[in-house]
Amino acid sequence: MSAEEVCVVKKAGLFTTIQDAGRTGRQKKGIPPAGVMDEYAFETANILTGNDGTEAVLEVTMLGPVLLFTKPAVIAVTGADLQPSLNNKPVDNWHSFRVNDGDELSFAGMKKGARAYIAVQGGFDGDEILGSRSTYVKAGFGGMNGRALEKGDRLSTVRSVSMLKRCSRLPAPLIPEYGGETVLRVLEGPEASAFTEESLAAFYHSGFTVSNESDRMGCRMEEASLVHRESADILSDAVDTGTIQAAADGRPMILMADRQTTGGYTRPASVIQVDLPKAAQLVPGQTVTFKKVTLEHAHDLLKEQRRRIAALRLASKNMLPAGL
Amino acid sequence: MCVEPLQMNMVSDTAVRVIFGTVISMETHKNIRSFCRELEKHPQKGIQEWVPSYTAVTIFYDPFLLSFDSLEAYIMNVCDSIEHHNLPDSMQVTIPVCYEEAFGPDLNQVAVHNQLTPEEVIELHTEPEYLIHMMGFLPGFPYLGGMNEKIAAPRLDAPRMKVPAGSVGIAGSQTGVYPLESPGGWNIIGRTPKKLFLPQETDPVLLEAGMRIKFMPVTTDEFLEMEEKEASC
Repeated sequence: MSAEEVCVVKKAGLFTTIQDAGRTGRQKKGIPPAGVMDEYAFETANILTGNDGTEAVLEVTMLGPVLLFTKPAVIAVTGADLQPSLNNKPVDNWHSFRVNDGDELSFAGMKKGARAYIAVQGGFDGDEILGSRSTYVKAGFGGMNGRALEKGDRLSTVRSVSMLKRCSRLPAPLIPEYGGETVLRVLEGPEASAFTEESLAAFYHSGFTVSNESDRMGCRMEEASLVHRESADILSDAVDTGTIQAAADGRPMILMADRQTTGGYTRPASVIQVDLPKAAQLVPGQTVTFKKVTLEHAHDLLKEQRRRIAALRLASKNMLPAGL
Repeated sequence: MCVEPLQMNMVSDTAVRVIFGTVISMETHKNIRSFCRELEKHPQKGIQEWVPSYTAVTIFYDPFLLSFDSLEAYIMNVCDSIEHHNLPDSMQVTIPVCYEEAFGPDLNQVAVHNQLTPEEVIELHTEPEYLIHMMGFLPGFPYLGGMNEKIAAPRLDAPRMKVPAGSVGIAGSQTGVYPLESPGGWNIIGRTPKKLFLPQETDPVLLEAGMRIKFMPVTTDEFLEMEEKEASC
């Protein structure tokens, strides 16, 4: 069974890209991981559509695309609530549903969160570069010719599907809440002592506003409240997704999926991995506070999250396929 | 012989930084190269990758597969097993550069800034052997050490929106090569026809930390000929 076209892009939306879990192992050569911004929404979208979990999905930013399906498929929309609808009838987020040849998936507009994920049973195809289909627009490779989707693009699945998966729904307690005041838990960073005590204390006490200069590379804050004791610059060093940098302007910036592999600015803290999906869903104007946790606690939370996802995957595998 | 890392700290909850020094030095660089070689020799489940920098090596790990305590013990063991006399000479790579004005629009500016002729800048730029301390900033971008201070020049006041792939630049007392087209504020003094980043290849990046680089001046004709050859292979 070979790949088959599953849909045509009728409208591209603001910024829709093909993403998967990203590239690992090449950071020492300067190649960023890229990949989905919200791993939780990505994993659940794949589970809901019966995929293994590593299949590429579409990452939709704020304004959704219009997709015309050209064959029957099972799809799921997770992440931000951009008010998806099928043939102009609203459909729920966080559940999988059947689409037919000629059906049109569209989005009425941003309600909560910033990024939605569309998964299809069989996984979206795209250029596979260094073990990942993730689009890295800055260097122009991966996904759809290294760029965001455009009107007229035709998307295929990697695997063709003989039996469509039974539709399923993510249990309500597992659906995250977006919007409002968001607490991001952080570890203290390597250069925490590069900042004045007062400004570092304020970093943990006062809220920040998400700037509209945020993108897949980083999520910037408006307030320039961090004050360096001496210099804002360090000898260039490795960074991770979640690393918070503060250049001389004193504004914290959380590095996200398309970050560079190295950075030259002081790092007051880093957002823990389980909270990165929350950071991915921040919209400009939203309030963020940073809360310090221990490494041990961060690891406990990560393990808990992994177990929850593993359990969910197992539960979904046990579901009997219904001959839809 | 063993190497004592100065200390460790957390880049994130999934990345630990093993620190070997606080300033750029040959000694620190050698310790880092040796440490990375040992990491390569002793694979450990749960370690995904590592990134060497000027003074540290950052190890990315999965806490679900490898606890921090086990990781710490592993790092100590690796440090203990480092043997410097086994460190082989690193590879030298020659990078042909055409310094003609069409490829190096800022060469003259760098010369004027340092009260030199463009020819003297080329001579000083091609004379040393440069060391790749680390990679980063862009896929395949080398951070080079060893540039002569006599050709140092401040970054451009207004960065260019597009610097072509292969451009060789100077910023402050650093020199480097853009592996792909990118915005940038470096003084561009020439261009190499050599492809430093080929995303379609299994090994897409020509250079790596520890390698040594020599720049070799070529004429426009030679540049075009090499470019054609690179494109056809």
